[in-house]
Amino acid sequence: MTEKKLVCVSCPMGCELTVVLEGKKIVSVSGNRCPRGEEYARSEAVEPRRVLMTLVRVEGGRDRVVSVKTDRPIPLRLFPEAMARVRELSVRAPVTIGTVIEENFLSTGANLVTTRPAR
Amino acid sequence: MRTYTVDVLVVGGGAAGMAAAAAAAREGARTVLLERGERLGGVLEQCIHPGFGLHRYREELTGPEFAHRMRQELDDSGAEVFTGATVLEILPDGPAVKVVSPKGLKKFRPRAVVWAVGARERPFGALRIPGTRPSGVFTAGLAQRLLDLEGLLPGRRAVILGSGDIGLIMARRLHLEGVEVRAVLEIQPFPGGLTRNVVQCLRDFGIPLLLSHTVAEVHGRERLEGITAVRVDEHRHPIPGTERRIEADTLILSVGLIPEVRLIEDTVPLDPVNRGPRVNGRLQTEVPWLFAAGNCVAVFDLVDTVAELGERAGASAARYARGDLPSGKPVPLVRGENVVSLVPSCLDGTAESARMYLRVPRPMEGVTVDVGGVVRRRVPVARPAEMIEIPLDGDALSELSQKERIVVEVKPK
Repeated sequence: MTEKKLVCVSCPMGCELTVVLEGKKIVSVSGNRCPRGEEYARSEAVEPRRVLMTLVRVEGGRDRVVSVKTDRPIPLRLFPEAMARVRELSVRAPVTIGTVIEENFLSTGANLVTTRPAR
Repeated sequence: MRTYTVDVLVVGGGAAGMAAAAAAAREGARTVLLERGERLGGVLEQCIHPGFGLHRYREELTGPEFAHRMRQELDDSGAEVFTGATVLEILPDGPAVKVVSPKGLKKFRPRAVVWAVGARERPFGALRIPGTRPSGVFTAGLAQRLLDLEGLLPGRRAVILGSGDIGLIMARRLHLEGVEVRAVLEIQPFPGGLTRNVVQCLRDFGIPLLLSHTVAEVHGRERLEGITAVRVDEHRHPIPGTERRIEADTLILSVGLIPEVRLIEDTVPLDPVNRGPRVNGRLQTEVPWLFAAGNCVAVFDLVDTVAELGERAGASAARYARGDLPSGKPVPLVRGENVVSLVPSCLDGTAESARMYLRVPRPMEGVTVDVGGVVRRRVPVARPAEMIEIPLDGDALSELSQKERIVVEVKPK
């Protein structure tokens, strides 16, 4: 059995949570003052997911880079690999906001999309 | 010099200004928005992380996406936009506003003005840190602009001073782009930003947060070579013997924002704590034709709030321009204990509803916010990083409007 300490970020209370795990199975969650804390602990202790935001190089335009994000959260543990992949990518100007740069990014089911237009 | 006669002139093309111009135009006012830069969106354009719009659009957007939606609303409203247009002077008689743009000087004769120019970062020089003055010292917003708008890395190894949300966000952005973030230093014994950002920007990537620490000295001749970090006591005095050197070529400062008031400070009374103009619940300053909204009034947490205030200011300005804005006897809001930022500065007694925003000076649990003994609100956890928002309306607002003054205080348990 292992124990993980987390701070719940679902609301400003910031409850300090203790999650007891057996392998990848959650045995118990304590320290939460509401059900949202338990929900947070369950997703966070096993596989934290985050939206990745970064930049992709723009070719042939006035802008050097365009901002991008994953259109849904991806596993945090994939971030180093994701950044390495993003560095290989580029896009030709002009692009509009919401353009899909790469579908099913790193097989996560999320698309990498632009969050602003680039000229 | 060409002269333009307009109903409402909005200065500043960030979230507050775009919202104000759209709201004024929707009220039927002939509206012009002036932006000194080339693009609208203000600081949103460089805030490429998600977390914007949960209140206004019920979804989580990045800064540029939020700005894009506001731009569409602005275009739909019929307001006219001038970019590359910098205000040189505001002449209270008239009033008249002198503007320089790539097409030369212009003069505007508006019936009402909405000031929405945002805030500026506290600079390095204001901190009086001993040592040399090498290159490699950036305010967080400048580093963010270089990195996320222009695609330029500010350095290779960075120390961040200040754990406000911008500092935390920049720690994550720099880490992701391959900069080694050595530490985030915070002079207070608690983080300056939201817990969510401490977790998702620092803990996620193992970036150390040193509380009760500051920079004692800066080293390096041409380029920054390192800093001396030091622990501070409860009075923020450095504790001798706790100094340690951290090698870095980049120092990022996230040490506070100050409302920009240079062109209006001789025209309107300011609030000494907020540092922006005193406004009533309609965002009208004490100069009746001048309205203000957003971070030039006080520094707010959420762009959603800033946009809402912008709309209120724009609609009020449009009503003023057509002679339809009621005015009553102003009732001042006065700070009691544990209140730092406080908006508005007064109620004018004629508004149907108003919203009050306040900030506490330190983290507190189980407090009660008391507004003139009329409205009481329990707040389980109050933190400086999160403004407390209290709607004032109905009977409570009428009762408050009868008073000579309204004391606002945060009472501990």
